[in-house]
Amino acid sequence: MRLGEIVTAGVLALLSIYFMWKSSELPIGYISGTGPGGGAWPFWLSAIMLICCGMIAFNWWRGTSPPSQSEEPMLDAYGWRMLALVGGGIIVFVGLVSVISMYGAIAVFLLYYTRALGRHSWTVVLPLSFITPIAMFFFFEGAMRITMPTGMPFMDPIFDIGYEIIY
Amino acid sequence: MEVLALLGSGMLLALEPLNLALILIGVSVGLFIGAMPGLGSVNGVAILLPVTFLVPPSGAIIFLAAIYYGAMYGGAVSSVTLGIPGASTAVATTFDGRPLARQGRASLALVTAALASFVGGTVANLLFTGFAPLLANVALSFGPPEVFALMLLAFATFVGLGGDDIPKTIFSICFGLVLGAIGFDQISGAPRLVLFDINGFLQGIGFLVLAIGVYGIGEMLWTIEQTRGEVTKMTPKMTVKGMAADTKEAAKRGWKGTAIGSFLGFFVGILPAAGATPGSLMSYGVAKMVSRTPEEFGKGSPDGVAAPEAANNSASTGSMLPMLTLGIPGSPTTAILLGGMVIWGLTPGPRLFIDEQEFVWGLIGSFYISNVAALLINLAFIPLFIWMLRMPFTILAPMIFVLSIAGGYAATRDMFDVWLMVIFGLGAFFLRKFDYPLAPAVLAIVLGPIAEPTLRQSLLLSSGDPAIFFTRPIAGPITVVALILIFLPLFKLLRRKKSPQT
Repeated sequence: MRLGEIVTAGVLALLSIYFMWKSSELPIGYISGTGPGGGAWPFWLSAIMLICCGMIAFNWWRGTSPPSQSEEPMLDAYGWRMLALVGGGIIVFVGLVSVISMYGAIAVFLLYYTRALGRHSWTVVLPLSFITPIAMFFFFEGAMRITMPTGMPFMDPIFDIGYEIIY
Repeated sequence: MEVLALLGSGMLLALEPLNLALILIGVSVGLFIGAMPGLGSVNGVAILLPVTFLVPPSGAIIFLAAIYYGAMYGGAVSSVTLGIPGASTAVATTFDGRPLARQGRASLALVTAALASFVGGTVANLLFTGFAPLLANVALSFGPPEVFALMLLAFATFVGLGGDDIPKTIFSICFGLVLGAIGFDQISGAPRLVLFDINGFLQGIGFLVLAIGVYGIGEMLWTIEQTRGEVTKMTPKMTVKGMAADTKEAAKRGWKGTAIGSFLGFFVGILPAAGATPGSLMSYGVAKMVSRTPEEFGKGSPDGVAAPEAANNSASTGSMLPMLTLGIPGSPTTAILLGGMVIWGLTPGPRLFIDEQEFVWGLIGSFYISNVAALLINLAFIPLFIWMLRMPFTILAPMIFVLSIAGGYAATRDMFDVWLMVIFGLGAFFLRKFDYPLAPAVLAIVLGPIAEPTLRQSLLLSSGDPAIFFTRPIAGPITVVALILIFLPLFKLLRRKKSPQT
């Protein structure tokens, strides 16, 4: 945790510097007659962020913050595995949206999570994975009139059936 | 007396069978729309606006106001049960509502939220009825320096009262404000902070993108990692006797927060451009400040649920005031209501109270009826919301992820924002590990677009002299209080360092 805190502060300091640099593409000072320039607000806020990172590093050096006193690893083997399985699952879920549509991706994600990670029986997994996206389809497309991504063209026939029911 | 007679006739109009049915339907629909992450009162009112052309104007506005009320009650539901604030007005509710739910006391959190919302709504209705024209003039006296001072006060409550690491809290606030500045410069119209020259950033980063990323994804990952998969389900009590006990406890432990939120929320709500979000945040901060047990805040204090909930309901009624009396909408939802009124042939403004008395008092009467209906319907649905928490965690967790992604897309209609949510979620997970408070960033992204233009307008008014924030009669005291709160941790530190020597 101790190493992780200073690395995080360093990364955030770099991010602050990047924000300052991007903000300075617009004027950052006071322009007579028009007030503060367009870049002033984000520039000076980013500068405060950078100062805060310095203070976080100082506290780390003094060992006053709880993470700076901890010798435990940031994530143990379970933590990394969880991050890979759950976080990776979410990334794949979002990636699948443009391929098999939002509803298709929801079905696959629920199937994966409840079966592979939750170890639920098929009698729970299958109804949940198929009824949820169908219910969401009628809620979003029918009731709320919000069109979700329909994925690649091979998904169109399935959506045509749904739209025929709604309209 | 005249006001009471007008209010009485207004209530009778609201209690007509058609109007009463519209109130009940509107509140129920609003409750579920508000409870859905990503959807709020704006969506409900906007989507159902065309439906209102089927009924007379008085019924139409009553219906929309009922949706508005229901959605404000519903915002607390997702904050407590899912830990995702469905709207910016419910962010502060998450601070204590979610810990209560984790302790198996979701029923207490939901009952407290419902009661506080009811009291907040009632206080706001009484203030609205009695002092509408007078308060409209007060609202008008708030110019850019006053609004900026108010925003400063909202941020100061986090710095001065937070028990968190101060540099990390300030970092979080500034980070949220910078994210809120991405897109276009509001005054010159020039593209600003288009990160890595990716065009998706031109449209800016919305509150929901960050809120869903932080709470819907980051917080969930953190919970799964912390509990080591041992959390199977929460088992909150749900009996009539238990709910009665919760009601008693909510009244006993949440009255102070409710009182603060009711009055402060209304006052902030009537200010054009301020609205319910700063109102709920400031009420939370003040409730914590005056509490005898501030250390309980953030760990499941009923006062911490009551204050923002009373405030956001009170502020929603308050934001109707400038809309009706001045024609200035105080929130996006009231802007849509204003549009509806214009379509129905009504002209909001000072003359509305004279020319359209039946309409105005029918609407005000409906506020009272909607408030009672929202309380009863909300209490009736609490068992359903609690039932959701009884689901095994391995079913609840993917459902929250799915609602976050689908709800996030529904709000922005852009896959770029969905990817940003995932990135923010993963980032929030790591920052949470190192004790960075993320709620200030979420609130800052909402308040930033209000704070920046008011700061720039103020400095333009004063030719760059920051003394404008100290010399004006309303802005001055607010700024001073805000600065005291900001520097409070420094004073405390200096005192602590001094005391061992003396």
